[in-house]
Amino acid sequence: MRLAEAFRVAVGALRANRLRSLLTMLGVIIGVGAVVVLVAIGSGAKQEVEAQVEGLGSNIIFVVPGSVEFGSAPTISRLQLEDVDYLGRVIGNPDAVATTVSSGETVSVGSDEVFSTIAGTNANVPNVFTRPIARGEYLTATDVDTRRRVAVLGSAVSDRLFGDLEPLGRQITIAGVRFRVIGVFEEVGSTFGVSRDDEIHIPVSTAQQLFGVDRIDAIAVKAPTIDDVEPLRKELLAALSEKYPDEEFSAVTQSQILGTLGQILGLLTLVLAAIAAISLLVGGVGVSNIMLVSVRERTREIGLRKALGARRRDITVQFLIEAVLLTTIGGVIGMAIGIGSALLANAFTPLPAVIAWWSPVLAFTVSVAVGVFFGVVPARRAGKLEPVVALRSE
Amino acid sequence: MTTPAIEAVDVTRVYSLGGTEVQALRGVSLRVAPGEYAAIIGPSGSGKSTLMHLLGLLDRPSSGVITVGGRDATSLSDSELAVLRNQTIGFVFQSFQLLSRTAAIDNVALPLLYRGIGKTERRERAAAALDAVGLGDRKGHKATELSGGEQQRVAIARALVGEPQLLLADEPTGNLDTRTGGEVMETLERLNRDSGVAVVLVTHDRDIALRTQRQIYVRDGLIERDEPSAMAQ
Repeated sequence: MRLAEAFRVAVGALRANRLRSLLTMLGVIIGVGAVVVLVAIGSGAKQEVEAQVEGLGSNIIFVVPGSVEFGSAPTISRLQLEDVDYLGRVIGNPDAVATTVSSGETVSVGSDEVFSTIAGTNANVPNVFTRPIARGEYLTATDVDTRRRVAVLGSAVSDRLFGDLEPLGRQITIAGVRFRVIGVFEEVGSTFGVSRDDEIHIPVSTAQQLFGVDRIDAIAVKAPTIDDVEPLRKELLAALSEKYPDEEFSAVTQSQILGTLGQILGLLTLVLAAIAAISLLVGGVGVSNIMLVSVRERTREIGLRKALGARRRDITVQFLIEAVLLTTIGGVIGMAIGIGSALLANAFTPLPAVIAWWSPVLAFTVSVAVGVFFGVVPARRAGKLEPVVALRSE
Repeated sequence: MTTPAIEAVDVTRVYSLGGTEVQALRGVSLRVAPGEYAAIIGPSGSGKSTLMHLLGLLDRPSSGVITVGGRDATSLSDSELAVLRNQTIGFVFQSFQLLSRTAAIDNVALPLLYRGIGKTERRERAAAALDAVGLGDRKGHKATELSGGEQQRVAIARALVGEPQLLLADEPTGNLDTRTGGEVMETLERLNRDSGVAVVLVTHDRDIALRTQRQIYVRDGLIERDEPSAMAQ
């Protein structure tokens, strides 16, 4: 019997039992759909995080004290404010060095109180990071030098404290000390789940006094071009170890952060896909089960076909095609539902979902393979039935 | 002497049922000539069904030889046996054995499917076979939409569509009333006369058996008597 004929016979058998065929496919549909959706969400999360890191600005090097691996516990800072000027002199471009020391503090206006991240920074933040000002202006070098009590508000903080009122020139109280609002940031969204619109920037010198510390948390340096990043990183480390021979510092570039995050999120996507793949496997077991039932039910039909001249191979191929058709059609429907759900998730939920080209292809291939793998046992059993035994069963 | 359509030489068939051996056939020799019309008759448990399965190449003898058209069937593989069965033997079963959700014409064409014949030719030949059994107007009907007598005639058309040398009919009227049973018998006899296919009926019904040219009486796994019918003489 030709393969095309076997195909037609198999389609006929599946159509004769539409509801059962559909229910059998359901396991595969859910499995493939889940793989496609979860991989889409994983890939989407990865792209979004990458966009966030890149959204900070370009060619930035972060200098922090101690030896950092991503995710390790922070060490006590040994960086001082004077190191900012020192590094600026070493690289010959003082305007490209920004710094931060931050702490969470209560901020109030009248009786309204919010809890906010207070970042002590210098005037170079707009040079290094992408941080546009909506109204007013950013901190100046004079503000830092003279420890002025002035503040630039994130858009969300500004909304909560002042609503529709004009914040510029108004007073806010941070940890009991009064500050004057001189600027409001444009809305920038969040990085790693932390909303940067909730921040308030004040001069780093003022912040050290307010927090009662003399350290700074980190220094950020902007390289002129992507090719300058790596030499500049080495130069910064060399300069620091020259000044502090016994201390250890780390300089991390954006691409290093991206690489580490990419690995973590890639692994996460893989785990999600693996969980979904298990449901695909369970769907395959379901197909196998139903095919075994079907072989038993159609024993007489098999016997008749054999009596009329079907060889073992003809029967095996027929049932194998049925199994593969079930999982393949299930795979296609699952793929469509998966892609559809991912697009819906993208449009109507905050979950970012990006369809990686390989995930539907993989899910489809696997569903075909599942059909072959789980169809072989029932199909072989059908092929092996003796015609006499099969015909006798009523 | 012409080559017989089918010949069994001293065949036995032993089943083992739950550890005990049951001798269904204990040494049977039988020769059916081309175009012959014969009946194998015997009570249930006599071994006549086993004999039919062996003659139909659906089963293998425990010992002895079966030849079809002069060819030794006992030495063939399962696949070769399936091909030989497809080309030389047609079956009619008591319970019709049609695919119920399938149109009459496609039921009839089934043996040709396994012979690798293309769809167009299959349909032409199946249509001709249905015309031959007087069901030319029922081609598109599904098996479940036909009466018992019509179903059995579809089965006869299916048995003949591949132009076999031998048609084996196992209690072909067993599920039919006397009148439709008679019509089915007439159809079988006409085809035997017109197309020259050898027909072997397996039955426990003496009246049916006596319509044939030769009665082969089977009892306790042996051929008890094998004689030409009085009418045919």
